[in-house]
Formats: sequence, C-alpha cells, structure tokens
Amino acid sequence: MSLRIIGCGNIDRGDDAAGLLVARRLHAPAAASIAVAIAGVEIPGLVIMEQSGESISLMDCWTVNDDVVLVDATAPRGTPGQVQRWNARADQLPEDIFPCSTHAFGVREAVELARAMSGLPQTLLIYGIEGKQFFHGAPTSPEVERAVESVANELMMRLTATSARRCG
Amino acid sequence: MSKQPTRTIKVDTLARVEGEGALYIKLKGDQVQDVKLSIYEPPRFFEAFLRDRLYSEIPDIVARICGICPIAYQMSAVHAIENALGVTIDPSVRLLRRLFYCGEWIESHALHVYMLHAPDFLGYPDGITMARDHQAIVQQGLRLKKAGNRIVALMGGREIHPVSAAVGGFYKAPSKSALKELVEELQWALDASLAAARWVSGFDFPDFEQNYEFVCLSHPEEYPFNEGRIVSNRGLDIDASEYEANFTEQHVQHSNALHSVQRGGDSYMVGPLARFNLNFDKLPEVAQQAARDCGLQVPCRNPFRSIVVRAIELVFACHEALRVIREYEPPAAPRAQVLARASTGHAATEAPRGLLYHRYALDQDGLIVSAKIVPPTSQNQKRIEEDLRHFAGQVATRPVEEITSKCEQAVRNYDPCISCATHFLRLHLERD
Repeated sequence: MSLRIIGCGNIDRGDDAAGLLVARRLHAPAAASIAVAIAGVEIPGLVIMEQSGESISLMDCWTVNDDVVLVDATAPRGTPGQVQRWNARADQLPEDIFPCSTHAFGVREAVELARAMSGLPQTLLIYGIEGKQFFHGAPTSPEVERAVESVANELMMRLTATSARRCG
Repeated sequence: MSKQPTRTIKVDTLARVEGEGALYIKLKGDQVQDVKLSIYEPPRFFEAFLRDRLYSEIPDIVARICGICPIAYQMSAVHAIENALGVTIDPSVRLLRRLFYCGEWIESHALHVYMLHAPDFLGYPDGITMARDHQAIVQQGLRLKKAGNRIVALMGGREIHPVSAAVGGFYKAPSKSALKELVEELQWALDASLAAARWVSGFDFPDFEQNYEFVCLSHPEEYPFNEGRIVSNRGLDIDASEYEANFTEQHVQHSNALHSVQRGGDSYMVGPLARFNLNFDKLPEVAQQAARDCGLQVPCRNPFRSIVVRAIELVFACHEALRVIREYEPPAAPRAQVLARASTGHAATEAPRGLLYHRYALDQDGLIVSAKIVPPTSQNQKRIEEDLRHFAGQVATRPVEEITSKCEQAVRNYDPCISCATHFLRLHLERD
C-alpha cells in the first residue's frame, strides 16, 4: 500500500497546469523537508506523480490497495480559483467539470471506468481547482496560483497528519 | 397539399469523438432537408505560427495538433521536409518509422473500437456504462491500447506528444534488446486483435451503402503508412506533390474546419475503409484471413462496418510491429545529415483516420516560409454530411432519441478528430 498524490494537467495551457503545479510544490525539497520537520519522520510509500490526465495511463497510476489524492483543474464556472473536493469512493464525479483529454477520456472517465471495473483505490480524494484560462501558452491566473498554494498547504498538512498517524 | 411534419434534430455536443462539434439535421417527413456538421472548436492557426520557425522544430510543434495521432503529424512533417531538402533516410530508420506508426494505430484503433464505437452497437450510452457489463472485453481493449502506448513511449520518449522524431530520422534509435521487450505483449495483442475482429463482426450493422470515392496511399509492397502514391477507386494516381492540384479546401459557414473536396467539389472518403478496399492484397495473410472470417468483402461500402475494418487494421499493426522488431538492426546513425536550402516539399502519410497531407516551403536558412496541413477529418467532413443526408432519411420515422443516436453513430463511423480538423458533438433535429 502507498500514498499517491497525482497532479494532472498540461503545463502549456494556462490554468490547466493547476494539478501539476500542486504536485511540483509538494515535490520541492523545501516542502519535503518541512513535512519531515513537522512530522519528525519521512512518510513511507509516498509517491508524487504528474500525469496528463489521459484516462488509461491514469488508471495505471494506482492499485486497489493505495490511498490516492488527485488534483486537477476544473472547467470555468465564474469562480476562478474555487477549490472543490470529492470523495470519489463515495460519490460519482460530476460530468463536464474536468477538462477532457484525448477523445474525451480524462480524469472523470478514468475514475468512473475504474469504478465500473472494481479498480478504484481504497481511498480516492479529488481536488478540483476551477480554472479561468486554458488557451495554449496562457499564464496561470492569479486566482489559480493562490488556489495552488492553498491546496499544496492543505495536502502538506494531510501528509504530516498521515505521517504522524503512521508513526503514532 | 399534404402537411408533413418537419423535425429538427440537434446534438449540441457530439460525444465520443475528439473535439467539439455539433450536428444539425432538418427533416420533413422522411425527407432530409438540411444536414450540418458544425465544428465550433476555434481554429488553431497552426499553419500560421509554423512560419519563421526552423525546419527542425516542426515535428515537435505539429505533434501538438493532436493527442491521439501526434505521430501522424510528425511523420507527414518529417517526410515533407525531407522531400524538400533531398534527405535520404537509413533503411533501419524507415523500419522504425513503421513501428512508430504501428504504435499509434494500435492505441488509436483500440480506443475507438472498444470504448468509442462498440457502445453504439451494444446499446450503451458510453464505454463506462458498457464496462459494467463487459469487464473482460473492456480490460482487453485497455490492455491492447497500452500495448500501442508502450511502442510509442519506447520510440518517442513518452506516450503523449512524443519527442524523438527528427527530420532525417530520430534523435535516438532504440536497441534491439529494447524492442525485443515488446514482443511478448505484441504477441498477446495480435491474438487480442483477432478476438476483437471476431467480436465486432457479430454486431448488427445497418443496411447502408454509399458509392464512395475512396482515397488513400498505395505502396507496391506494403500496406501503407509512410510512403506511396495517392490513389482512388476512380483512377486517381498521383504523387503527394500533385495533391493540391486535385484537392482544394472550402470554407463553409457552419464549420471552423475547412472542408477538403476534390477540385470540382465532390466529396471523398479517407481512412480505414479506403485503405482496406484499395490495399487488401498488401495485408498479411493473417489479416486477410481474419477479414474473410469476419465476412468482409472488398470493396466494403458500408461505413458502419468500419469498426470491423479497424479491428483488421489492429491485426495488421500488431503483426507488422512484430515483423519490424524481428528484422530490425540499429542504424549506423539515428538520423541523416540535413542541409538547409530554399525548397518546397510535400508528403502524405496514413494517420489512423486517413490521409494526412503536409506541404512546407523553406528559405535558404531552413526557416518555414509557408505550411499547409490537411488532416483526415477535414477531408471526411463533407462525406460525413452526405452519409447523414442519406442515412437520416432511412431512420426518419423513428423516435427523435433513436434518430439522434443512430446519426451520432454514423458520425463516429469516421472516428472524427475535430481537434485535428480545428476538436466534437451536439445534434439538433428539427421537424415542422
């Protein structure tokens, strides 16, 4: 069993990069050392991954025994930077909220296909960061940058709590 | 005067196709009055922003046109630029390019056959719902797609938007041992493809045939990927450099993707049916026999049977990949030397969805002066509308929901890639 944090998106399409940026913040040595400093120990089995969001590759990123946190951008709905959370084990993901990958097979399709085939990880928490601009070459919007920081901090707290629990 | 009801069928977002488009059909009784395949994904202006880029940058830029067929874009680009610059590639590089293309066909066709098109025939709204009842089949499809992904990742450095293709060859050629690691999975994939062909050949196909002009590449010895003349079942036989003398692009008001038509305005069909009908004798015996076992006849003019033809092409691609791996010897150098000069080059290769034409003009420093890219979906758009004009009449007396789903299925016969043609489907059905 491992704890997997998966950031999804396309680094070249503005706010679509949100999930990747969260993963990179957690990857940063400073962030890792803070987590270790707070928890006092390393977190065994922690894997931080970056994915395009293409569903079949995404389904290969976990096993049924893993704990998974997945972060991706969500479609614009007038509140850029808003963070939504789903317990995907308990609830189906809403349609038309995650950007689609090739042939409209993206994060939602990966999760629902895995659910249909009894392949969901034992826990699957999904963070959606609402984007504003997704065109090629666009910068990340200030609202999404703030949300990335906020989600990264929240995940850091979760990691340290998880680490403390595992050691406690 | 009889008053027949007019109905308008609208699909605002077509599903299970790549990109964003809509479908509009106006019926009066069982007469089709209007059909529009409307592609509203914004134009992406790739041809314009290739200008002033160095020729060597082009393969990586055009790969971004499509997430499912980036290799096709890379291959048409490198061949067109090599044609312009007089580059001759190493025979081993030629083999590697065929293997690269096998990977793309396997991942693209597996996705379409199992997840995008099969649900239409089995009465499911999507592949996810189908997976609940057909887990083993869907698992087979996903594994098959992954076999293709593995080839692409090995050859291209990564699965999505591969980065190894270069004008003159590859930035790095794989070792024999690296390719041999693919063999076991490809042998499984060949068997799975044969099973897929048997599976889909048992579907119910609408009784619908059209008198198509099929257009594709033809090579004297091979089922076409990278090389060959552009031929049709009506006597066309031209070099890629003559493409624009025979085909032209038209703007239609309801689509952000240009319609490619024959000079004179007639539609034509590119893709698996065209390749199968015009190159059946180039398929390996295992694929020919599978086609016969599936009841396919040459020519096949029923577009709904394209799912069976795609499965046959899966058989071919797996068989071909294994052949290439057996025969491969690493090239002395992964890519040939390239010298820039002012020139123009043309090439067409066979993307999973059909013929993909590129033309580049370069200046003396190798900077792109102009570029032209004609994707398969642009070439099939008018033909899709004509299919719908005939097919919608056959199903016009049925309930709107059924007309809608049947017409969407008819669009998916072409596995359209709207991202390439600009990205797809919403249906609007209107009846008076």
